[in-house]
Amino acid sequence: MSDKAKSIASKKTSGQDERLKEVSKLRLLLNRPELGAVGGAILVFIFFGIVAGDTGMFSAYGTLNFLDVSANLGIIAIAAAMLMIGGEFDLSIGSMIGFAGICIAIPAIYWGWPLWVSIIFAFAMAVLVGYFNGILVVRTGLPSFIVTLAMLFILRGATLAITRLITGRTQVPGLRVLIENDPIAWMFATDTFKWLFTWLGSMNLIALRTDGTPLATGIPPSVIWFIAATLFATWILMKTRYGNWIFASGGDKNGATNVGVPVGRVKISLFIGTAVAATIFATIQVLDAGSADTMRGNLKELEAIAAAVVGGCLLTGGYGSAIGAAFGALIFGTVSMGIFYTDVDTDWFKVFLGAMMLIAVVFNNYIRKRVTESK
Amino acid sequence: MSENLIEFNNISKFFGKVIALKDVTMKLKKGEIMCLLGDNGAGKSTLIKTLAGVHKPDEGEIVIEGKKTVFDSPKDALDMGIGTVYQDLALVPLMSVTRNFFMGREPLKGPPFLKTFDIEKANQIAAERMGQIGIDVRDPSQAVGTMSGGERQCLAISRAIYFGAKVLVLDEPTSALGVHQASMVLKYVVKAASQGLAVILITHNVHHAYPVGNSFTVLNRGKSLGTFNKKDISREELLGMMAGGEELDKLEVELEEMNRINN
Repeated sequence: MSDKAKSIASKKTSGQDERLKEVSKLRLLLNRPELGAVGGAILVFIFFGIVAGDTGMFSAYGTLNFLDVSANLGIIAIAAAMLMIGGEFDLSIGSMIGFAGICIAIPAIYWGWPLWVSIIFAFAMAVLVGYFNGILVVRTGLPSFIVTLAMLFILRGATLAITRLITGRTQVPGLRVLIENDPIAWMFATDTFKWLFTWLGSMNLIALRTDGTPLATGIPPSVIWFIAATLFATWILMKTRYGNWIFASGGDKNGATNVGVPVGRVKISLFIGTAVAATIFATIQVLDAGSADTMRGNLKELEAIAAAVVGGCLLTGGYGSAIGAAFGALIFGTVSMGIFYTDVDTDWFKVFLGAMMLIAVVFNNYIRKRVTESK
Repeated sequence: MSENLIEFNNISKFFGKVIALKDVTMKLKKGEIMCLLGDNGAGKSTLIKTLAGVHKPDEGEIVIEGKKTVFDSPKDALDMGIGTVYQDLALVPLMSVTRNFFMGREPLKGPPFLKTFDIEKANQIAAERMGQIGIDVRDPSQAVGTMSGGERQCLAISRAIYFGAKVLVLDEPTSALGVHQASMVLKYVVKAASQGLAVILITHNVHHAYPVGNSFTVLNRGKSLGTFNKKDISREELLGMMAGGEELDKLEVELEEMNRINN
């Protein structure tokens, strides 16, 4: 590197470039995609802090409750956000949740497979479904909206038909007894940090049951998966070559192809990602409930997309963040649970969800203009 | 004189019955800017795509540094040092300067299987490269969407050079730009050539081509009307040779006619 270049580079890194001073920290922050969702989450917490602060919503038990709901949504919202950044939609997430549920339950209950084999089978099916979605979209060039809408019906129908054919019913119960001593199931079914809650209970810092054990027993597995997924997705998007390819594929497919980005492979892998996330969601739910239901995950794909949009993802692709989607999910989860602690009728939740999305889309549009036209 | 860096000998390309290119010959030396002129439909796009390895010529040969070469893919052409900057520039407005600069060819660091995108190094190189062109990139993490058209063009050219282009193929680099922006791009093109690159500048704008070009190849309906050195041809003669020339003459006559009638 030449001396001149070195001096330029050192100026850039030490922040002494006189042109850099104008860009304040605040402005950089304002240009981040997740700003809206983080701000929205803060507002939501302030609101419920005032309205429901003394109702037990923010007790250990209440907090874990809304975190659990947020986390479940968050797992699929993050995968949906990554796919949206890559320029595509997946409307089959909800149906995949139902399908994955019976892929675990039927082999485990009716065919006598060990639970862990059933779980691996469900994930293998998810990879297949995701691959099929992806290859269809990439090969045909059809909008993913249409392709995955078809998959939404196909998967839901197949889930119902297969379950009724094999079991004669639409629900498959009896999984709870299989969880114990299973080499894999614990990853989706074990509360963590139990010692902490036991200790808090013994110090009388959190609510106890009549038998003296704490009401909140530990951090639910969904929350751990949710945090791990957020960190992993953020790492991929910001720190890896594949992350750059995701932004490029969604931002300008042709341009990305011209400079050698394997756009097709990137998109297919993202479709596999949403299907696998749906299966993580399903596994946690099925093991928690001890049963699979063919209608599980209904409309979840739209909630996931809504959370991703509130989190700053553009519908046109190429822009967004996993952290934003995580906060989007936190907003929805908190409100959907928090509304029970207020005097507001829970029927209003959907109104809130829709209004929130509208505000987010208008706000994101404004942010995109700022980012691309600030000169 | 040194030998030619790249030679196009009697290249022809057919699409079914359509003769897109017929017997086109071009030769370029290091440091030379050759302008490829032609009206719409003259075969410029086909020629670019043949250069870039998208199309294989049906007849004729491509010779690079004395070696006969066949491009099987765009990547082959890239590896041989043919850097093509398409009209759409292959830039993503929502992505940062750095992320665009290294799109598809990100520098990596870290242990195998856990390699990460070396953003610091990438930022440094992008800032350095843009600084060399004298472009006011306040911050390499700013979005490309905030840059002017001329700056984007220069970024795309700079990227092609950084990734080893010996022959720079520029597709209509000034067509969407104003006078000031266009001159900024052309200045950079001249600078690139002076550093030893061969440049093929494709344009239908003679006024942009004439000041910077060393030689001019005119395409008309898939055929080359010949390659001319600057000293042998005037701007008006070039304009006349492009298909548009006669049309413009006719238009002028017609307009005069209309004026006479109106007066």
